[in-house]
Amino acid sequence: MSRTVLRLARWTERGSGTCRSLLAASALWSVLLVSGIVPSVAWAQEQKKQPPPEFTSGYFPPTPTEPSPRADTFAYIDVALLAAVLVLGTWFVFKMRSRTGVRVLVVFSALYFGFYRMGCVCSIGSIQNVALALGDPSYRLPVTVGAFFVLPLVFALFVGRIFCGTACPLGAIQDLVVLRPVQTHPAVDHTLGLVPYLYLGLSALLAWTGASFLICMYDPFIPFYRMGGAWGVIAFGAALLALGTRVGRPYCRYLCPYGVLLRWASALSRWRVRITPGECLHCHLCADECPFGAIHPPTPAEQAGGRQQARKGLIRALMITAALVPLLAALGYAASPTISRTHRDVRLAERLWAEERGRVRGTTDETDAYRQLAQPFGIAYARAVEVRRRFDVGSALLGAWAGLVIGGKLILLHVRRRREDYEADRASCLSCARCYMSCPVEHERLGLITLE
Amino acid sequence: MSDISDTTNRSVASADKPKASRRDFVAGAARFGGLVIAGGALASLARGSRSEPTVWQIDPAKCIQCGKCATECVITPSAVKCVHAYALCGYCKLCFGLFKDKRTGNTLAAEDNRCPVDAIKRRFVEDPFYEMFIDEPACIGCGICVKGCNRFGNGSLHLQVRHDRCVNCNQCAIAKACPSQAFVRVPASKPYLIRTLRKS
Repeated sequence: MSRTVLRLARWTERGSGTCRSLLAASALWSVLLVSGIVPSVAWAQEQKKQPPPEFTSGYFPPTPTEPSPRADTFAYIDVALLAAVLVLGTWFVFKMRSRTGVRVLVVFSALYFGFYRMGCVCSIGSIQNVALALGDPSYRLPVTVGAFFVLPLVFALFVGRIFCGTACPLGAIQDLVVLRPVQTHPAVDHTLGLVPYLYLGLSALLAWTGASFLICMYDPFIPFYRMGGAWGVIAFGAALLALGTRVGRPYCRYLCPYGVLLRWASALSRWRVRITPGECLHCHLCADECPFGAIHPPTPAEQAGGRQQARKGLIRALMITAALVPLLAALGYAASPTISRTHRDVRLAERLWAEERGRVRGTTDETDAYRQLAQPFGIAYARAVEVRRRFDVGSALLGAWAGLVIGGKLILLHVRRRREDYEADRASCLSCARCYMSCPVEHERLGLITLE
Repeated sequence: MSDISDTTNRSVASADKPKASRRDFVAGAARFGGLVIAGGALASLARGSRSEPTVWQIDPAKCIQCGKCATECVITPSAVKCVHAYALCGYCKLCFGLFKDKRTGNTLAAEDNRCPVDAIKRRFVEDPFYEMFIDEPACIGCGICVKGCNRFGNGSLHLQVRHDRCVNCNQCAIAKACPSQAFVRVPASKPYLIRTLRKS
């Protein structure tokens, strides 16, 4: 017992400034709590101040109504519709090679998953439910949410990112505003392409610790589907849509955390979009047509000494990665107290501590509410310590993840892949089927033109 | 049509490139691994019969009637409404949910009414008792009446998420803003936390 106290006290040493003493006190409390010295009591008491009257007219108090939530069955219908859209999408993209079919599905997804279901629950957001279920044993992942998480990934393992092209409501709204797309510079793509990885890491951390659902809070298109929301988010969404008229699907390419998982699954996909139905003419019309920069040209012939140079670069990238991972992990660990303030328990405990020590004037709604519960402050402190411990681990992992992502990007930049023809990149192709009709060979197949 | 489906269904790498076929094998193995991981993870997370959907609800014991329910909800007016747990009601002669502290008379005049939208109504039961009830479409969930009832009465009026209106956001916007952490996830089969008489 005393050893535990000592260990906790030593652990709190690394908190900075005001936090340190807070942590020391709360550490003691957490030990007391865990050991059951302070029983956790149900504090809320129902006190009856005014006894009900004796009614003489035979009146009996009614019971309040309880309108039930949307039946469980409807959630299963959502899953079934998602599966149906994915199957239809696969059929349209791979068999029919029909952009019109895909477009119909996009409109359906925007209407059903977007406007009717108000964009919730979506596969992107389900990442957080999965992370929360991993972090919080009291939260069970609903089967339907799990299905929303897994179905698009399983499809991606076989047929690529059909989900992005057809079923995703966030993708749908952006797909409908692609008016005059420009090609983005590869450097922009590579750099901004790192953001989703970091966003995924951060949102998974915040969900795992139970701090917040970051992806939902800053979902830029949900205000359109719900016709209302926070002004900042509305402005963000409007800006993304405006940008999306020239730069195809900016959220999908530079922000979407679920896109990261889909990229991985899709990179392993059994089948992929084949642009030309016959022999590639190397006309690069498809690459011009793709608004998402997902079609890569054939690789140029290898230059003398190129391999040597690439190997040198690769070794350098590997060394940078090896240095970057521990460095950023340490940085993440150091930033843990700051990141942990996203959790309300930590904010509450720090504020309570500051108020008790007279470091701040006045109280907040949060601290007032806590005082109203008449719980010992130690409980709040102990809870905060528990949360911060998880953040210590999580923040270090997040840092390491960031290092891996940046290093991995550097490494991949030095790996040469040979392409004979114009090819859709498995990982970044969104299966929108735009490229098919840009291919002259496709036109010939459909009997629209005859090629020499 | 058939020739196209042949080409599209063919594996991407052609057989004459040995490097590509090794890659194919690795991809296939990873794909299988991915499927196993996905299936296993889902099964372990969704294990148990209690894996049913959850909905948001307000724990009336924690609610401090800060008024954020009226302003933070993604739908307007809020999905949070005042609910009257009649079993707790003391049928006070002067209902503190209905009347302001300083009223000009025992009338339903606007200047005496605590509710800003006149959503709390009364129905005559027998002299001198009235049954208070909430006009739900009008109620904005501000909790002003709840505050009055809690302060002077039995606390039979309290705020609840009404599930015929709630869209059950993955992250409830009010829960995020709630200062007293009164918003909790409850199983969808038992979606209300309406106050009852304490059984002792």
